[in-house]
Formats: sequence, C-alpha cells, structure tokens
Amino acid sequence: MSNDRTITLEVMRYRPETDAAPSFQSYVVPYVEEWVVLDALNYVKDNLDTTVSYRWSCHMAVCGSCGMMIDGEPKLSCKAFLRDYGSKIRVEPLSHFPIERDLVVVIDDFIEKFTRIRPYIIAQSEKPVSEGEYLQTPAQLHKYKQFTLCINCLLCYAACPQYAHNPEFVGPAALSMAHRYNLDSRDSGRDLRQEVSASHEGVWECSFVGACSDVCPKHVDPAAAIQQTKIASTMDYYKALLPGGK
Amino acid sequence: MAKSHKPIIWGLFAGGGMVSAFVTPVMILITGLAVPFHLISREAMSYDRVHAFASNPIGKLLLFVVIFLPAWHAAHRLRITAHDFGLRQDIPIAVVLYVTAAVGTIMTISALLKM
Repeated sequence: MSNDRTITLEVMRYRPETDAAPSFQSYVVPYVEEWVVLDALNYVKDNLDTTVSYRWSCHMAVCGSCGMMIDGEPKLSCKAFLRDYGSKIRVEPLSHFPIERDLVVVIDDFIEKFTRIRPYIIAQSEKPVSEGEYLQTPAQLHKYKQFTLCINCLLCYAACPQYAHNPEFVGPAALSMAHRYNLDSRDSGRDLRQEVSASHEGVWECSFVGACSDVCPKHVDPAAAIQQTKIASTMDYYKALLPGGK
Repeated sequence: MAKSHKPIIWGLFAGGGMVSAFVTPVMILITGLAVPFHLISREAMSYDRVHAFASNPIGKLLLFVVIFLPAWHAAHRLRITAHDFGLRQDIPIAVVLYVTAAVGTIMTISALLKM
C-alpha cells in the first residue's frame, strides 16, 4: 500500500478563542494512492494533531458534510483523491461563509434560506392514510428527480460569485430545492415558494455564471433549476398583467 | 419579499436569445455568405425585392422581431457581462444600455412604418 512518499497538507486554522485571524498550518502525511483528502485529514487528526476541526460523516459523498476548498476549489473532501493533486494540497473552509473553527463554517444563513423556501410537499388537502398513497407516474417522477439529489453540501454557495457579492441572494441549492417541490405532482405550494423565488433576492439575483452546476458533486444542475424558474416566473408576470390575472 | 419586475427585461432577453440563437445565424448565412458567394442568386437581395419584403405587413413584423428582440438581448447580456467583469455601476450601465435598445426599437418601428 504505502511507500515512503509523503505529501504536505496546508490546513487553514482558526481558533476563535486564541487567533486574531486565520493562518495556515502544514502537516506531512503519507501519500496513499487510494486516499482522498478526508483520509489525509483523518490521519492528521488521529496521529499528528487532535485539535484540527472539520465536519465529516459518511465518507461516500452522501451526507454532504465534508465540503471544503481544496486548492481553491469547492470540493467534497471524501471525493477528492490525493493522486489528482500535487505534493502540496491547500485545504480551507468553504468560501463565502463565516468560519466557526478551522475548516468548520457557520451555515445558519443557508439553513434560514432553505427553511424559507418550504422544502417539503404542501398538499392541497391531506388525505387520510386509509385512502392510500399519493400515486405518481414514472414521467411525473422524472420531471423533478434530478433536483432531489441535492445533499446540501453548500459547494454551490462557495462557488457562486453572486452569493459572494450579495449575501441576501437565496442561492443555488435553496432555489433548486424550491423548483424540485414546485415540479412535484403531489405538491401545490408553488405560490408560497414564488414569494421567495420570484423576488429580487431569488432567481433574479442570478446572473447565470453556472459555477454552481460545475462544482455540484451530485450533478443536480442548480443553474438549470434557476433558469427554468426564471422562465416560469416570467410567464407568471405576464399572465398577471392579462385581464383576470392575479 | 417584494416581487421583482425583472421579467419585463428578462422576457425580452430570453426572447431575443432565442432569435439570436436560431434565426440570426441563418440570416448571416444567407445575407453574409450565400449571396456574396453566389450560392443564391444576387437578385434575391436586390433593392426592389428587399424593399417589397419590408413593405409587406408580415415582412415588417418579421424584420421588427429579428431586430428589436436581439437588441434587448444584447443590452441585457452586456449589462450582466459588465457585472460579471466586476463593473459595479449597475444602474448607469443598465440605463445607457436599455436606452440604446429602446432608441433602436423606436428607430426600427419608424423606419419600417415609412416603407
């Protein structure tokens, strides 16, 4: 498995109780062909420095908690193989979020926005369990399935220049999740979500750079969700101008 | 949260994008390449024929659509591009570009009506 090769991991450290500003700390770790950056961080934590803080859980690109900037790009550290980088790898917390500690960022802003778009099915009327399931055809499922794959890893927010420019922007993951529920045949909550999506801080703040879709580890394509929402919102806008429109 | 009026501009931008993507290349192919290279008879673009086309109400409408929509598309595209390049004077830039597109629209209408 391992030979004598090593790599240097430059980890951004920030301990709010002692540090005035973030700084980098280097660790030399073994190079293992099969290792991802998360393995290297776990090696540091287990063998070199127990004080390094970072979030992780599943190690298989499902939980969405190990997102960080790796050589300046937002990545899941469990999906970023050492073999794809040089002998020195720089690891920083996700851009555009306040740092809580080391590689851990404060995600309250996202959680608040995510809650605001009502990421759940809002049925016209709840039917009793005795009436059975809400049925859906494969075609109805296909319409929104891609947008269900989001794992809230926030790589898209770290990549989005618009979110960096205006933190009020609702942002890629929340807007594409709104789109996901709007497209669901069981849902009738679109009007409520449009109050957020069709506002200035909603889809209209997006200038379609597309970085969100480039970095998305689950191929959700939030940029497409936002463009589709723009089209639907434009139709709404013109419909509202017609006689009898709301 | 306040409903945005962006759809007014964005509707024109999206419509203009469709025209620019699907119709403009064909027009360039015909007027810029096919006619000059004699792939289509030069007579096709003769003054009399083009004048007759622009005098016809349907011809007027078609010319209007292929001119005014791409003009608004270009205006909005340039506004966003300026923003993406870090120019932060959004309002003055938007005003200059949209006024240009509006003037172009009015000039197109008046030219077509005079035909």
